[in-house]
Parts: sequence; C-alpha cells; structure tokens
Amino acid sequence: MSVLIFLIPIALFLGLIGLGAFIWSLKSGQYDDLDGAARRILLDDDEYKS
Amino acid sequence: MEEQTISNCARVYGEIKPSSTGYESLAHLNDDGVYELSVLVSGVHCAGCIQKIESSLAHELDIIGVRLNFSTRRLSLKWTGASEQANAYVAIIETLGYSVQPYDQEVEKSETFKEERFLLLCLGVAGFAMGNVMLFSVGLWVTTIETMGGGTRDLMHWISALIAIPTIIFSGRPFFRSALKSLMAGHTNMDVPISLALILAGGMSIFETMNHGEHVYFDSAVMLIFFLLIGRYLDFRARKNARSTATDLLSSLSGFAQVVQDNKTNRILIRDLKENMTVLVAAGETFPIDGFVVKGHSQVDTSLVTGETMPRDITEGDKVFAGTLNLSAPVTIKVATAAEDSLLADIVRLMEKAGQGQARYVRLADRAAKLYTPVVHTCAVLAFIGWFFMGGLMWQDALMISITVLIITCPCALGLAVPVVQTLATERLMKNGILVKSGDALERLAEIDMVIFDKTGTLTMARPTLEGTYSNEILQFAASLSVHSVHPLSRALSDAYTSELLDMTEVEEISGKGVSAYYKGQQVRIGSRTWCGDKNAPPHNGLELWLSVEGKDSIPFYFTDDIHVDAPEVIEKLERDGIQTIMLSGDRQAVADDIAQKCGISTVYAEKTPTQKYDVLEGFKQDGHKVLMVGDGLNDAPVLAGADVSFAPGAAIDMAQNAADIVFMGGNLSPVYATYKTALLTQRLVKQNFALAVLYNMIAVPLALAGFVTPLIAALSMSGSSLIVIANSFRLRFAK
Repeated sequence: MSVLIFLIPIALFLGLIGLGAFIWSLKSGQYDDLDGAARRILLDDDEYKS
Repeated sequence: MEEQTISNCARVYGEIKPSSTGYESLAHLNDDGVYELSVLVSGVHCAGCIQKIESSLAHELDIIGVRLNFSTRRLSLKWTGASEQANAYVAIIETLGYSVQPYDQEVEKSETFKEERFLLLCLGVAGFAMGNVMLFSVGLWVTTIETMGGGTRDLMHWISALIAIPTIIFSGRPFFRSALKSLMAGHTNMDVPISLALILAGGMSIFETMNHGEHVYFDSAVMLIFFLLIGRYLDFRARKNARSTATDLLSSLSGFAQVVQDNKTNRILIRDLKENMTVLVAAGETFPIDGFVVKGHSQVDTSLVTGETMPRDITEGDKVFAGTLNLSAPVTIKVATAAEDSLLADIVRLMEKAGQGQARYVRLADRAAKLYTPVVHTCAVLAFIGWFFMGGLMWQDALMISITVLIITCPCALGLAVPVVQTLATERLMKNGILVKSGDALERLAEIDMVIFDKTGTLTMARPTLEGTYSNEILQFAASLSVHSVHPLSRALSDAYTSELLDMTEVEEISGKGVSAYYKGQQVRIGSRTWCGDKNAPPHNGLELWLSVEGKDSIPFYFTDDIHVDAPEVIEKLERDGIQTIMLSGDRQAVADDIAQKCGISTVYAEKTPTQKYDVLEGFKQDGHKVLMVGDGLNDAPVLAGADVSFAPGAAIDMAQNAADIVFMGGNLSPVYATYKTALLTQRLVKQNFALAVLYNMIAVPLALAGFVTPLIAALSMSGSSLIVIANSFRLRFAK
C-alpha cells in the first residue's frame, strides 16, 4: 500500500496540470470563438500574420 | 443559413455609399500607444471571408494585430500611428464587399461575457474534480475495509474531501447564487434543492470522514455539479448565440448621422445627436432620429413604422420618424427630442408596460421545482422520524438515512430535463435560420391558441408588384421612364420589364409627383393620378401609377403588395391545429381586407394606431387567450413585447427584433409554423423527461428510505438517470 504515497500525489499533480492548462486556455480567450476555430483550420496560416 | 445576416437596411432601395468616416472617434488608445478598434462586420460566412479580411488588413502599414471573431462577427484591430487610420482600415473592409458597423466596446465588458467565462471555469474545475474523486471512489467501491484497512480508507476519504469541498464551494456558485436570489424573493426554483443537496452531501460526507465512517458522497456531489453545469452552459451558449446575432446589431444606435455644424458636415454617432442639431439625410437612407424637415421635400416609406404601404410626401415643417426611409430626394432635418407625445415615446412606454406583463410567466422547470421541493423535503423528514422513533435507530443513523434520501432524489435529471431539450431545439432551429432569444419562448409557444399577424412586411412582402398584363410597347415606355426613379412603385415597374429600354432625354424626377422626360420630341410622364393621370377615372383602392404621353389618353398601372406564397398554407395549417388567426394592421381597411382574403384570414382589425393595436391584444389576453404575435414594424413593437410569445422576421426593424422572442430569416412565413411544431415536440420531450425523473425517484427513494443506498448505488443511479434524460432529449435530433 505504500506505493500510494507516490501514486496519489502523481495522480493529483497530473490532474492539476490539466486544470491549469484549461484555465490558461480559458483566460487567453481560446473559448471566445468556437465557431471560428472550427473554420480557421482550413486556412494556411503562413499567408498572413495574425 | 449563414449567408443570411440580419440586416437593418433590408428595405433600403437606393445605393448606400461606404460610410467610412467617423471611426477615429471610436478608436481607443492603450497605455502603450496602440490604438484599438472593434467593429461589427456583416456578411462573413466562411473561412474564406476570415482570411480575406484578416490578410488584407494584416498587410497594411502600422497594423499590429487583426482578429475576426467568427461567432460574434466582431473584428478587433490594433495599430500604431494615428487614430484617423481607422477610417482607412474600415474602407478596406468595405471595398472587399462587407458592411461595417460601429460596435460598442462596452459589450465586451458586459455581464454576458463574464458570465460565460465564469460558467466555463466552474465547469472545468468540476470536471477536474470529478475525474480525480472518481479515481479514489472506484478504489473504495471495489475493495472492502478488510483488504484496505481503516487507515487507508480514511486517507482516501480525506483526499476526496480535499478535492471535493473546494470544488463544491467554487463550482457550486452558479446554483447557490440563483437559489439565494430566489429564496430572498420569497419563492423557490430548481436551484434550491440542488444547493441543498450539494451542501448536505458535502457536509454529511465530511462528518462521516471525521468519524471514520463507511460512506462518503463526495463523488455524487461533484458529479451532480458537473452534469448540471454542462446543462447550464449549453443553455447559456444557445441563448447567447441567438442574442448576439439578433440584438448586438441593435446597438446600431451606434450608426452614424451626417450633421451640419458651422457650415461643415460631420459624421457623428446617432446616440450623440442632440436636440436642434441639423442632420442631412440622403435619398435612400433611413432617418436616424425623430425630427422636423427644414429643407427639401421628398417622400418617406413609413411602412415599418405605421404599416401604411403608400409612401408619404414630406415637405418643410413635417415630422419624420426614426426608422422610416427617405425615398426620393435629400432632405435636411432638425432633431426633435422624444417629446412626451411623440410616437416613439408612446411606443417605448407601451413596451415597458408590456414587458412587465410577460415577466409573470413561470417557467416549467420552476413549476416542477415548486411541486418537487416540498415532496422531497417531507420524505426526508418522514425518513428521520420513521427510523428514529419507530425503527429504533440512533439519531445519527436516522439522520444519515434522511440525508441520503435528499441526496438520492438529487434533481440532477430534473435539472437537465429542460435545458438539454431546449438547447437541442434552439440549435436545430438556428440551423434553419430561426433564432430563439429567450429561454422560455418555446415553452410559451407550445401553449398558444391564437396568432395575430401584422400585414405589411409580415404577411406581405412589403414590396409592390405590377398587377395585370400590359402590352410590351407600353411596358417598355413606362419602364424606360421609371428606371430613373427609386420610388418603390417605379422600381416595381422597371422590375416587371426586363428587355431593352428606350433612350429618353431631359429626364427629370419631380418629388412627390413622378418622372418626366422627352422621347422623340414628345413629353412623356409617369407618376401620380393628380399629376399625369385621368382625373375622371373611377377611384382605385390600391397602389397605382399613370403613364401619360403627349396627345394620348393616360394609362394606369395597378400594383399590389404581394403576400408571401406560403402565407395561405401556413394559416390553413394553424387553423387546422385549432389556432385562431387574426390580422392586425395600421393600413386602410380595404387594403387589409383584400390581403386577409388572399391569406384566408377571416378576422381583420385595420386602421389601428400602435396604442390601439396594443389595446386589441390586451382585449384578447383578458379573454384568456394565449397570443402569438408575428410582426415587423415599429408599430408592432408594443404588441410583440406584450404578447405571450412573438416572432419578427429578420428584415424587421431592430426595435421589433429586440421586442420579439424569436427572429426568423428568409422571405417567407413557414418558419413560424415549423417553430410552433418544434415547440410542441420540445414540450413533449420535456414532459417525458420529467416523467423519467419522477420514475427514477419512485425507484430510488424507497431504496434510500429503506437504508439500502450506498455511495456506489447513489453515484450509479444519479448518472444513470441523467444519461437517460439526455438520451431521451437527443430524440429531438432524429425527429423529422
């Protein structure tokens, strides 16, 4: 059972990384234009700066 | 349907020139010397549009950032240099063929914007917590205390608590706030039992954990929050999308007006117009504000305001109303304030009154909560009394069973019953160009027993067409003349003739009268009966134009405002479903009767002012009718706001679109019936969902009362019931 001492913190840490990434993406406005994102994949992005 | 954007200039007959001046006043200077501007771009409907706009701007000098938000059609620009460059940038977009409207940057800081991020954040946190708590829960479910040992179990409980309690406090806020607000107002909604279940589940689990107990419900609580937040977010998003398309344009009080100041003309924002300012209105433009004509005479199309189809002559001293269209010649107006007795003030007052009436509607989910809450709470109390006094349990154990009852009856399925179906229905309607603006509009729509139609622009196309047949020669003559005018009748005439036109000389349009010209030395005129018609001819009820050629008899052309092709069909279908149809118009009785007969409507109210229209509606409502109003004009706005539920076509003026619950695109009426059918289906599914939720409770509550419910059963049954409700809702997708 002593393996839990490592596994639990690792599990929680991985989860927190995911949560942190989500919060970062939310704060940087990546959820503001969900329809646009779906269409932008069709564009070649080296044609212009954005 | 994305090609169709809601345009508030759908009935502008003339060409409108690019209006790219005045944007410098909207540019906003940052601390680091960068200018920022947000504008609404309409006509964007594919990835190509995004690229076209962004790349052409990105290549411009000084631009450091350009981003088009596809969902909100909002373009934000950042550049260094001078604020005046804004106009050049806007001009570039306009040359590409998109129309640009000023956009109020305050909207970005609005509540809606914050609310969406808040909900997403709560959802994200709840999702994280659910996944992690479940890791421990599965471990707890599959082993027993003998294998695991009490210490390990306590450790797992404590870690679960560490994750779940902050989550309940953080992500539960949308429910706690709503519940508190509702309780303070003295009634209950669905969020009250939700909040109670969350608090009790959390509280009891902590108590159990501290006492080295066997059962904790952290997983159930976190899962409850997660599922409910999904429902809440879907609900929010669907409504936000509809609202932003339909009513962000409404902030087009942010349009521009051409103002004369100190012998110079300036473009300023309409909302900045003050009393006694002098405003120039070109032919083909809408009047930006109420005012009096000080110079020039022209004709106005008032159909959006009064429902009258015939253009009205205006000359110096006449009053003009915002939203009406200047047809034939440029005029100068002096801005009048919205006086107490002005038409607009009347309408606004009526709309406020009407809005208060509608706020009394209680949503289905809240009605369910009203029944549900006392029943569940009584059950819980009875469970405690039963086990403690009669079952002979310790009070802690009896309380535990009582709380389990509250948790297991968690209104998860009930909370999802309405939003999931409504989101799916709204999404489906949106794909067909129907925007549902208020959350409960479909609920109200399913209950109607009467439909009131406005005439002009709703049943009819608000666009006259030539009636009868004429010889090719006469038509050619008339069309060659009328092509020089933007008057709606002239346009209808020139539309009716598509072949080669004759070459006329000395063409002159005389405002309020018609067009005169010379052809092979003969004077030819086309215009009103009094100007060039046969004054002795029998009077005609509808719209007419007269063609006169020197030395010959005048020839009349008659026009009708055609009804939408599908109007009779839609009305017949509604009548067949037992819904009474009525026409309510501001136009003359004879014209209204004629249209009503063509559509198959038997009850007609004509020649009504906006106030009278509202009174007619009030009359019906007092008789106990549930009324649906379909209308597009300013004169319909109070009725739209006051009716139980209302529709406005996408070509309607902003105020009507704003007042209506549902806005539909496209040139015909069938969306009204289609939406009604969808509303009925939606309502049926919602009721089935409620039935499923009740069924679930009928199985789960006895189990909980008997004390059989372990955390595993609670978690399974809760998510099971939620999934069943969601699956049932998705049947909407497959319905034809």
